[in-house]
Amino acid sequence: MATQDEIKFLSNPNIGKQQKKYCRFKKFGLKHIDYKDPDFLIQFINQQGKLLPRRLTGNSLKFQRRVSSAVKRARHLAILPFVSDLLK
Amino acid sequence: MRQFEVTFIVDPVLSGDEVKSTAKTYQDIITNEGGKVIHVDEMGLKPLAYSINKRSTGVYYCIEFAAETGNFIAKLELALKRDERIMRFLTVRLDKYGIKYNEDKRNGKIGKRIPKEPATKKSHIDTIPYQAFVPAPVVEKELKAIDPEMALLEKK
Repeated sequence: MATQDEIKFLSNPNIGKQQKKYCRFKKFGLKHIDYKDPDFLIQFINQQGKLLPRRLTGNSLKFQRRVSSAVKRARHLAILPFVSDLLK
Repeated sequence: MRQFEVTFIVDPVLSGDEVKSTAKTYQDIITNEGGKVIHVDEMGLKPLAYSINKRSTGVYYCIEFAAETGNFIAKLELALKRDERIMRFLTVRLDKYGIKYNEDKRNGKIGKRIPKEPATKKSHIDTIPYQAFVPAPVVEKELKAIDPEMALLEKK
C-alpha cells in the first residue's frame, strides 16, 4: 500500500480550491476607518474609482458600510476621485 | 464631552502666513464657543483628486476638538461656507474608536510600517565587485585618425 506521502498527483490538487474570504477588519481588529488615508481606501475601489462589492472584498456588512462612507467622505474632500481612468 | 473633527482645504494661492491665519480663525471660533482644540493637523499642500475652483492643489488642515454640545457646529460650518479661502470642508463626529485612532496616530503608532529586516543572504548582485563606468579618454590623435576633416582644420 502506498502511504499518503508517496502519492503523487499529475496536477497540483490545490489549484481550483476556493480559499474562504474573510473580513479583514474583523480578523485584524481594525475598528476605525480613516477617510484621510487614500492608500488604504484604494484597496476597496476599482480602477474607475467605484466601490468594490462585498462579494469581492469579503468585508462584513458592518464594515462595508463604514468603508463606503469613508470612501464617500474622501471623495468629497478630493482625496479620492469620483471618476477616473486607470486609478491603480 | 463629544469629540469632533473638521477637515478643510485652504486655497493654495494664498501665502503661507495667510493660510496659517485662516486656520487660526477657525481655532479661535472653536475656543470662543466653548470648545477645546485637541490637535491641529497640518497635512500640507496636497494634489487634489479632481480640480476644485480651477485649482489642482490644496492645503489640508484637520482640527480635532472636543465640546459639550455640537450646537455651535452649524455656526462654524456657516463661517467655513462663507469664507472664500476655504475650498472644501467636512465635519465629523468621532466615536470612541476614532478618538483612539487619532491618539495613536499622533503618537506615531499608526502610519509607520516597520521595515522588514534586510535579508542577510547575499544575492549574486552583491558579490560582483562594483565597477564604476568610466568612459575611455578620447585622445585627439584618434579623433584625427577617425575624422579627416578635423585634421584639415588643424592644418589651417
